[in-house]
Amino acid sequence: MSVNLDKAKLDYLREKYEVAIGLEVHAELSTKTKIFCSCTTEFGGSPNTHCCPICMGMPGTLPVLNKKVVEYGMKAGYATNCKILNFTKQDRKNYFYPDLPKGYQISQYDLPICREGYVEIDVQGRRKKIRITRIHIEEDAGKLVHDELTHRTIADYNRAGVPLIEIVTEPDLSSAEETIIFLEKLKSILQFIDVSDCKMQEGSLRADVNISIRPKGSKNLGTRTETKNLNSFKSISRAIEAEIMRQIMEVENGREIIQETRRWDDEKGVSYSMRSKEEEHDYRYFPEPDLPPVIFNEVWMERVKSSVPELPEARKKKYMKKYNLPEYDADILTSSRELSDFFEEAIGEKSRTADRKTEGRGESKTGKYENNIAEVATTVNVKAISNWIMGDLLRILKDRNIEISDVTFSPKYLAKLVTMIDKGVINANTGKKVFEKMFDSGKDPEIIVKEECLEIITDESYLLEIVKKVVEQNPKSVADYKNGKEKSFSFLMGQLMKETKGKADPQLARKYLIDVINTL
Amino acid sequence: MELYQYTIHELSRMIKLKEIGVYELTKYFLNRIKEKDSKIGAYITITEEEALKRAEEVQKGIDRGEFNSLLAGIPMALKDNICTMGIPTTCASRMLSNFVPPYNATVVEKLYQNGAVLLGKLNMDEFAMGSSTESSYFKITKNPVDPERVPGGSSGGSAAAVAAGEAVYALGSDTGGSIRQPASYCGVVGLKPTYGAVSRFGLVAYASSFDQIGPITKDVLDCAIVFNAIAGKDEFDATSSDFKHPDYAEELNNLYNRYCCENECIKSGILKGIKIGIPREFIDDGVDEDVRKAILKAAKIFESLGAECEEFSLPIMEYVIPTYYIIAFAEASSNLARYDGIKFGYRAEKFEDLMDFYKTTRSEGFGIEVKRRILLGTYVLSSGYYDAYYKKALKARTLISRDFNKAFEKYNVIMGPVTPDTAFKIGEKTDDPIKMYMGDIFTVPVNIVGLPAISIPCGKDRNNLPIGLQLIGKHFDEKTILKAAFLFEKVVLE
Repeated sequence: MSVNLDKAKLDYLREKYEVAIGLEVHAELSTKTKIFCSCTTEFGGSPNTHCCPICMGMPGTLPVLNKKVVEYGMKAGYATNCKILNFTKQDRKNYFYPDLPKGYQISQYDLPICREGYVEIDVQGRRKKIRITRIHIEEDAGKLVHDELTHRTIADYNRAGVPLIEIVTEPDLSSAEETIIFLEKLKSILQFIDVSDCKMQEGSLRADVNISIRPKGSKNLGTRTETKNLNSFKSISRAIEAEIMRQIMEVENGREIIQETRRWDDEKGVSYSMRSKEEEHDYRYFPEPDLPPVIFNEVWMERVKSSVPELPEARKKKYMKKYNLPEYDADILTSSRELSDFFEEAIGEKSRTADRKTEGRGESKTGKYENNIAEVATTVNVKAISNWIMGDLLRILKDRNIEISDVTFSPKYLAKLVTMIDKGVINANTGKKVFEKMFDSGKDPEIIVKEECLEIITDESYLLEIVKKVVEQNPKSVADYKNGKEKSFSFLMGQLMKETKGKADPQLARKYLIDVINTL
Repeated sequence: MELYQYTIHELSRMIKLKEIGVYELTKYFLNRIKEKDSKIGAYITITEEEALKRAEEVQKGIDRGEFNSLLAGIPMALKDNICTMGIPTTCASRMLSNFVPPYNATVVEKLYQNGAVLLGKLNMDEFAMGSSTESSYFKITKNPVDPERVPGGSSGGSAAAVAAGEAVYALGSDTGGSIRQPASYCGVVGLKPTYGAVSRFGLVAYASSFDQIGPITKDVLDCAIVFNAIAGKDEFDATSSDFKHPDYAEELNNLYNRYCCENECIKSGILKGIKIGIPREFIDDGVDEDVRKAILKAAKIFESLGAECEEFSLPIMEYVIPTYYIIAFAEASSNLARYDGIKFGYRAEKFEDLMDFYKTTRSEGFGIEVKRRILLGTYVLSSGYYDAYYKKALKARTLISRDFNKAFEKYNVIMGPVTPDTAFKIGEKTDDPIKMYMGDIFTVPVNIVGLPAISIPCGKDRNNLPIGLQLIGKHFDEKTILKAAFLFEKVVLE
């Protein structure tokens, strides 16, 4: 007997069951070099150009652990409330596949670097704790490219040896929606603490999903399946929905769920069984003899812990409470670590610390501007700065197709610009022009305004002179205005602004214009 | 005396005094290899062209005063599991018969910095798995002492080359006795350094937690000279140790000066304070009578130099063979997984799918002993067997280490034979792997615990075959065993 698939029926069935979802999330760490050799971790590059005999697993070569990988793994643990051991040990996970150079992956088995943490998410106004089982460090494998034309498979080992963390959660998630909220949260945390750029399209964030269902109210978890090959949040969400329904249908039709690994086909929107539990690899884990266990010094661990920045949620709260920003602003400003740091620096909340990005890709471009922060902090207009960042800054970044890290001027200069506008040194329109010029030259707005003579003209005799000139040159408009044609006044003001290249103080100009016309 | 009989320290002096040129010396050895090696079979690859070119360069360097090492200009050869840039490194396997590394092992770099001249690459058991060099894919190496017998293994080519005068010295590798046993069978000196004393980078791995590179030489002083050059921390090997070590050769020279002084009192007390323990298990019924006698005679010699010798019991010896083979095979099964035909080495020509590609490549590329060890190693790591075998072996390893370290609280040196018997006939043990494995009983505990041990000749048996004496030291205390071995050698020579 087949089950009728109309929506009401589906919803009814869906209601009958509870869902338990656990994740295995892989995030590539953004260290400059690979986990066991000094090859670059940069994405892309011609095939097999980012590798060496070590990451190619050539005979006689040996791995040496990159300390930064341990540090980044630890930071991820601290940021997700994990317990962290003061030592680490590597294990070998043995299996054959052409993208795996050594015939084993160096990973961690029984003693992961972090364990028993949690991440809190907000689901429909409710706070929910998602438990982290463990986080361990390991190496990535290479990539196989199947050439449809020649029917050949080509191996590219550029990615082999790129460091990963695998984050395993407890089956605490109960829907696709929750899963995506959790992943978004996790992604923003990892980006915020600067350990991974989490670009799904480049494969630097990947997730396998374990799903089981059970009748509502039942205490015991059902048999789970694992779904792989999920390349975007959208496909994760679709795959979860599909798998939940598949499992419900199986159970409704009196069949048992088989513990198995399934592969999601995003184009067709269905998953296929890859292998059953019996066919699972026996990975034959054993301690990696080429890498002795490492014991961490407490001082070093403390330093790593203190290098974990305030997380987005805490910052968001702070922006709303301390600076009275609307939630909308706070959300946007904390959408990335870079943007949030830029904002905090602009308002004088913090300076960009030198320790950031010392090992990361490229030099810190902004580390050099760190003077006079206190001075700025006392006088800045936080809401205006927020508006400038959300508006002009993001627009210019988009127009110029650049990242916030490409900005060459100090965030403090934005605060300065806002102050100049507030104090009437320049008008808002000039401010926009100056801001563009700051992106070009990286210069102090004060210097730009001086160099280009952009200050508002408030000099009485000079303004009067221009007003008189405009009135003399436009007798008809003056007459029209006197006859009650308001529009003519706007024209005269326009002429005046044109003469002063827009720099006339509008209030004063208006007053003088009226005065001069009235004396006629 | 012929040139091939000279040691490093003798030839070095001759080069320094310009009694002989490096090119001439190299040419001499290449000729000797041509003449002798068809009968011995020590070499897999002879690097004639490179050697002569290198000899000229080194001579120029010596003339300019760039080398102050005793190894400058001395022709040597390497076991073929030590990677040499641009020169085939086969591990005596079909699997790597076409493999040319694009890098040098750290030890090779170090020897080159000391002005060494490479003559070629030496035969061995396939992937260093064996005790007779019979499992080589290429050829059987004969023992220069008796060509009907094996040279031992797995560094059989290294020991045979030095014994036959086809190289002044050689490097071997020792995972369970692979330097000491062939040195013993061929009547030369071999040192297995403390685990971590010498970089393993560029040594094709067999069992990573046991493997160690070491010298095979004509005498103990040469051994110290080569060890000086290759020891030390390497940033490319996380298991290498940053240990302070003396100039071993200088230590021995100082000792020799004291020894040569005519004062009998000093001479007879030169090893005073040194306690040597002889485990009863090393000289029990399983040991050949001639071998036992030679060891007990050696004890007398040490006593005559002022050392205290004492027998003691080491019952843990019962477990060393299974412990060693379980762990070594487990590591080997994983270490050899990279030979899959994808990136380097042998590749099957005909195959149906990926699984068949792997199977055919590995079936055709590996020899029988290697396959046996991979299968057994895979088995002991498999789920359901891991706890019973591998995990238990790790526990036994801890216990063996504990008992040896305990013995070292009392003794400075543990002494015994290298092997229970002397060189056996070619083919004698090939059908009985267990018998072959049992022959490693006295060498494997040293690797299990990671200790240093030296093998030196200590007499001949009834068939006139060399017997090897093994001196085992504390971790990183190569100095003591080198000193004891050096003095023993001097007394025996007198």
